[in-house]
Amino acid sequence: MTEDGVRVSLRINGAQHEVDLVPETTLLDAVRNVAGLTGTKKGCDRGQCGACTVLVDGRRVLSCLTLAVMHAGAEVTTIEGLASGGELHPLQQAFIEHDAFQCGYCTSGQIMSAAGLLAEGGALDAAAIREGMSGNICRCGAYPNIVDAIVAVAERGR
Amino acid sequence: MTTTTERPRVGTIGLPVDRVDGPLKVTGAATYAADTKVEHALYAVMVQSTISRGRIREIDERAARAVAGVVEVLTYKNAPRITPTGIDFAVPTVFVEGGLMPLQTDDVRYWGQHVAAVIATTFEAARTAAARLAIAYDAHEPELALDDRARARMQRVEAFFGRPLNVERGDVDAAFASATTIVDATYTTPAETHNALEPSATVAIWHGDGLTVYDSTQWVKGAQLTLAHFFDLAPARVRVISPFMGGGFGSKGWLWPNTVIASMAAKATNKPVKLVIDRAQFFTTNGHRPQTEQRLRVAASADGTLTGLTQDVLTRTGRAGDFQEPCGLVSKSLYAIPNLRLTHHTVALDIPTPTAMRAPGEAPGTFALESALDEVAAALQIDPVELRVRNHADVDPDSGLPWSSKHLLECYSEGARRFGWAERTPAPRSMRDGNELIGYGMATATYPALASGAEVRVVTLDGGRVRVECATHDLGTGMYTIATQVAAEVLGLPLDRVEVLIGDSRYPRAPVAGGSQSTASVIPPLARACEDLRKLAGGSLEHAPAGLEAVAASGSDHDKATFAYASFGAHFCEVRYDEDLARVRVTRVTGVYDCGRILNPKTARSQMAGGIIMGLGMALMEETLRDPRSGAVTNNSLADYHVPVNADIPPIDVAFVEYPDLRFNALGVRGVGEIGITGVAAAVANAVYHASGRRVRDLPILPERLL
Repeated sequence: MTEDGVRVSLRINGAQHEVDLVPETTLLDAVRNVAGLTGTKKGCDRGQCGACTVLVDGRRVLSCLTLAVMHAGAEVTTIEGLASGGELHPLQQAFIEHDAFQCGYCTSGQIMSAAGLLAEGGALDAAAIREGMSGNICRCGAYPNIVDAIVAVAERGR
Repeated sequence: MTTTTERPRVGTIGLPVDRVDGPLKVTGAATYAADTKVEHALYAVMVQSTISRGRIREIDERAARAVAGVVEVLTYKNAPRITPTGIDFAVPTVFVEGGLMPLQTDDVRYWGQHVAAVIATTFEAARTAAARLAIAYDAHEPELALDDRARARMQRVEAFFGRPLNVERGDVDAAFASATTIVDATYTTPAETHNALEPSATVAIWHGDGLTVYDSTQWVKGAQLTLAHFFDLAPARVRVISPFMGGGFGSKGWLWPNTVIASMAAKATNKPVKLVIDRAQFFTTNGHRPQTEQRLRVAASADGTLTGLTQDVLTRTGRAGDFQEPCGLVSKSLYAIPNLRLTHHTVALDIPTPTAMRAPGEAPGTFALESALDEVAAALQIDPVELRVRNHADVDPDSGLPWSSKHLLECYSEGARRFGWAERTPAPRSMRDGNELIGYGMATATYPALASGAEVRVVTLDGGRVRVECATHDLGTGMYTIATQVAAEVLGLPLDRVEVLIGDSRYPRAPVAGGSQSTASVIPPLARACEDLRKLAGGSLEHAPAGLEAVAASGSDHDKATFAYASFGAHFCEVRYDEDLARVRVTRVTGVYDCGRILNPKTARSQMAGGIIMGLGMALMEETLRDPRSGAVTNNSLADYHVPVNADIPPIDVAFVEYPDLRFNALGVRGVGEIGITGVAAAVANAVYHASGRRVRDLPILPERLL
């Protein structure tokens, strides 16, 4: 720990983490390197690819563009916290069924972003989903399958 | 259809099985290189050159070393020495940047070259210190442009992985002298950056004189051999592990400096080191598709018979590595053109090292060739599909050999039917919907069928389970899944009784996961090993004891002296063009492919769609830009280098005409990784021509090229 460190209490996936970090630590680096939850990925570190998307108090956030110290007391949900009781979240299941990924590196961010989009009520139809998911780059090009997976979950929810 | 087992078919080969690694990937549990958890690992952050040519004059490390938590600053002055190797792709210890050993010299050959690694106890400390490292250079005027002076020293390139590049057949001059129509045009493609979503990452650990490296690589065996050479170790002392990696597309095929520097850093500090290059660095230190310029002349008779073709290719390369883009290879065999001459030249500039990017050669080559054919079709007023049918190569015109299995004509007819090509009215600007002009374009797709030696081990475990081991990879291609399907079917076991372990140099050898060759290299020996294991177990694995083992290597499955082998396909594309805004949108794409037997249509279709989507990026937006004076990449971020996003992508229709290529191997499989991108940029450009009447010969097709 550097002398400039601060202690922050982060609540991630329902678990409390008391962590020491320097103030410039991003939420992404805190989640990955300090809390040890590596499901959230770093693709650009500039808010341009969406791989690091997590939910903060239910809203989708690019965790590389925000500092961990700004989220003391907030409820952070990462991909590791989406499934409950050993059951995959419907989005996780739909991503598998629709083959909505290839390499899988963007997948955590895609699924968290989709969860946020559904919560926002933004998954109205395929066109709205394409727009609403355009902050999440998939270089393998799984886009049509990602849309299909989200459409399937959105329709089940209606 | 034959299978390697004589028993009734009960398995899942050919069925759209969900990815077996899906649950790991959707829960965040799949471990990519940077996810490797190692106690007391240090973090390394790279510092890159800010000149394109010159020498490092002075490095002031004081401010960097003063940052709390900094452990070491590695530069050419103090980095561990390594044993140099070269760029010869024919040797196993190839280093793609073999003209410049990492951190061994003050020599700077390109902007964005790794010149220092800052190592600290936290990522934040390493990043802060890296920004405080002061490096002064003696800069020389770089050569960056393909101007007359550079052209004057262009060099002929003879071969690409042993395949001759400068080919001549027939009487080209006579063909052009007697042609009724000649198209003579120059096509250019820009530098492109792979931009796999995972920037290259390494965790390196030394234990005594042994090295373990978790690396994002498409080739654990290649990385193992080259690292062993660099650090003067027996290959068995080096282990490279890469169970998952976040996309490669060629950028992780050969070893790059970051993996070597991570290993140096771990050696110098005697601690495990994690090194992740950042997005901007990924633009210069892990390859790019080089800029190309192709002049094509096509001679045709009035009935559309192609009588002659010349293709003169000029590519740019770097001074640290000299990879070439073999654009003309595709023209040798795609059409029955009797008179043909191909030349390839290159010019070395002070630019980063190019490398293979998805379908190297074929991707830009098909842009030029398939655009030129569209120009011939327009000039002769022949339907573009019909022109290609009339010039179909019934045998390989390069070797004169018959094809092992070719069904391209069916790809054209099936693609045209699915797409509704018959609705197309031939004249440019003749289809309109409100304010938008509509264009239909098409192009042929092709990629050679390749396979290299591989070996697979299968072992029985407790509980009637079987483990498959091979040092191959799943780049998102579906290898885990198809290997599981084939093993389960041959062994007569349910899918969940098969465990596939890949991406580790400890497993039997496999070639680089490139060239669309993994399926054809790995799956046939996998099937044979499983067959042997079943026999060893007395015909049934149901109650087999643990510890039975069978190993099979790929043999001479295909006879290169008797047949020619390739995959084919056809792309059809619709664009809508808003003339007021010069805006092109692709509104639907159909791809139909002849790739042999498809082991899993779900994962295969995904790869094809992915190839098409990367092709749409190539057509409409992708271009790596360099400042003409400094050589700095001016769009080295995902905000500035545009790749397709979800809203850019229309419905994509993918289909296969499925004819197992049993002359290629016993399972009839070829490969599906790269063919999907070939021809796409031309199909888009041809559709843009049909919509707008404007022929764009320079990629990407940006609005300013249509104004």
